[in-house]
Amino acid sequence: MTAYSPAVDQFELDYAAARKSALRVNTITTFLFAVCFFSAAWIGGFFDMTDVTLANGERVSMWKIWAGLPRLGEYLFKTLPVLHWDTLGADIANWFWRWQVWLELLVETILIAYLATLLGVVGAFLLSFPASRNLAPNAFILNLTRRYLEIVRTVPELVWALIFVFCFGVGPLAGVLAIGLHATGALGKLYSEANENADMRPVEGIKASGGSWFDQIRYGIVPQVVPNIISYTLLRFEINVRASSIIGFVGAGGLGQEIRVAMSLQEYTDLSALFVIIFVTVILIDMISEKVRHKIIGLTGKGV
Amino acid sequence: MDSTSEENAARQLVPGAFQTPLKTRLQRLAGWSAFVLLTGWCLWDFGFSPGRILEGLTRFGSVLSFMFPPYIWQTWKEWSEILKGLGETVAMAFMGTLLGAIVAFPLAFLGAKNIMPFSWLRLSARRGFDALRAVEQIILALIFIRAFGLGPLAGILAIAVSEVGTLSKLFSEAIENTSKKPVDGLKASGSGNLQTIRFAILPQALPVILSVILYNFESNTRSGTILGIVGAGGIGFLLADRISAYKWPEAWSIIFLIILTVYLIDGLSGFLRKRIIGQDDRKQN
Repeated sequence: MTAYSPAVDQFELDYAAARKSALRVNTITTFLFAVCFFSAAWIGGFFDMTDVTLANGERVSMWKIWAGLPRLGEYLFKTLPVLHWDTLGADIANWFWRWQVWLELLVETILIAYLATLLGVVGAFLLSFPASRNLAPNAFILNLTRRYLEIVRTVPELVWALIFVFCFGVGPLAGVLAIGLHATGALGKLYSEANENADMRPVEGIKASGGSWFDQIRYGIVPQVVPNIISYTLLRFEINVRASSIIGFVGAGGLGQEIRVAMSLQEYTDLSALFVIIFVTVILIDMISEKVRHKIIGLTGKGV
Repeated sequence: MDSTSEENAARQLVPGAFQTPLKTRLQRLAGWSAFVLLTGWCLWDFGFSPGRILEGLTRFGSVLSFMFPPYIWQTWKEWSEILKGLGETVAMAFMGTLLGAIVAFPLAFLGAKNIMPFSWLRLSARRGFDALRAVEQIILALIFIRAFGLGPLAGILAIAVSEVGTLSKLFSEAIENTSKKPVDGLKASGSGNLQTIRFAILPQALPVILSVILYNFESNTRSGTILGIVGAGGIGFLLADRISAYKWPEAWSIIFLIILTVYLIDGLSGFLRKRIIGQDDRKQN
C-alpha cells in the first residue's frame, strides 16, 4: 500500500464513516416508510379485491380500484348534458332547468360566505393582537388565545355546522356561524403572523410618548398590517364561498343541499350544472378580489 | 411669519391633509352605507335575531357543558372502533397524499416554465391543475363512493385527486424557483435534458418538494376528518353518527382526539421538515 499523508488517510476514514451512517439512515427511513405505506394501504383497503361479473357472465376477482374505474367513467359520462348545436339554447335551458332556485341558493351561498368572512375577520382581528408574541399583554393570555384559535380551526367547518344545526336549527344561520368560527381560527393565525412581522419601532415610539396598549396597537401596528389583512381576507372569502357551497350537506343552507339531493335522486346532469355554477362563481370572485387587492395595495403604496 | 400664514401655506401645499374632498367623502359614505345595508339585509334574511342567537347559545352552552367530564370509552371494543376511525383518517391522508404526489411529480414538469418550452402545453397543464383543485374533496368523495363503494378507499382517491391539483402546482413552482447556474454548468459539459433535470434541478427542488408533501399530509389529516360524514371512511363517520344520536359527551371526546391527532402529525411533520430542509421557513395554516 502506498503511503499517503495522514490527512488523506483521515479523509478516507471520515468519508467511509459518512457513507456508512448515510446508508444506515437511508435503510431505516426506507424501512419505516415501507411500514407506514403497507399499514396505511392495509387500513385504507387499497389492495382489496372485489368480485366482478364480466360481460360473458363469468365472475372473477379483481383489484377494487381497477374494477371501479369503468363505473367512475360511466358516472362522470352521465353527468354530461346532451347538447346539440342546432338546439343549443333549448338544451342549455334544459340543463339549467332549475336555474331560478339555483340562483337564489347561489346568492344565499355567497351571502353566507360574506357574513361568515365578516364574522371571521372581526373575531380574528380582535384576537390576533393578544395572540401575537410581540403584543400579548402576558404569556397566559397569549397561550389562551392561541389555543382557542388552534382548536376552532382544527375542527372542520362541517363539524361545527353539524353542532350548530343542532343548536340554531336548520338553515343559513348555522352555516354562517360554523364557517365564521372556523375562519376566525384560520385568519387569526395569519393576522397574528402579520403582527409579529410588523416593525416594532413605531410601537416603541408611541409607548415612549405615553400611549396605552390600545394606542400602541391602533397607531403602531394596525396601519402596518392592514394591506396584509385585506389580502388574507379576500383569499379567505373565496375559500368560504367553496365551504358554504357544501355546508348544505348537513342542512346549514346554500347550494350544498341541492348537490346532495341531485346525488341521491341521481339527477346526473344537475350535478354538472351545479358544478359549473360554483366553478364560474369562484373564478369570478377570484378575479374581482385580485382587482380589489391590487387597488388597495396600490392606494396604500405597500407590497404584500 | 405668523401661524395663520404658515397654515395657509401648508394648506396650499397639501390640501388633502386639511380637508377631504367632497367626492372622496361621498364615495366613502356610499361604501359604508352599502356595507351596512348588505350586512343588515343578510342578518335579516338569515333570521339573525337576539332571541334566536340567545336560544342557540344557551343550547350550545349546554352542549359544551357535556365536555366535562370528558367521556372515556370503557371497553376495548369501543376503543378499537374509535382508534380504527382515527387510523383510517391518518391512513387515508397518508395514502392520498402519497398517490397524489406520485402522479403530480411528473405532471409538475409540464407546468414548470424552465422545463416546458411550449407555453400552450404548460398553460393547459396549469389550467388542468386548477380545475382539479376547484372540485371540493367532499364532492369527489361522494363521486368515488358511487364507483368504489363506501369506505376509506373512496376517501383515499378523493384526497389523491385533489392533491394532484395542489401538489402539481406547488411542485412546478418549486422547480421554477431553482437556480439556473447548475443547469448551465451541466449543459456546458455536454449533458442531455434528462441528465440536467436529474443532476441540476432535482437536487435543488427535492427538499422543497418533500417539505410541501409533509405540509399537505398534515392538512389532509385535518380535512380528511370530514370525509367520513358522507361515508368515505375515517373518524368523521363516527363523529357524525354520535352527533346525530345526540351523544354529545362522546362527540366531544372524538373531537378532542381529532385535535390531539392533528397536533401529533403537526409535530411529526415539523420535525421531519426541519431534518430535511434545515429550517421551517414556510408558514401557512
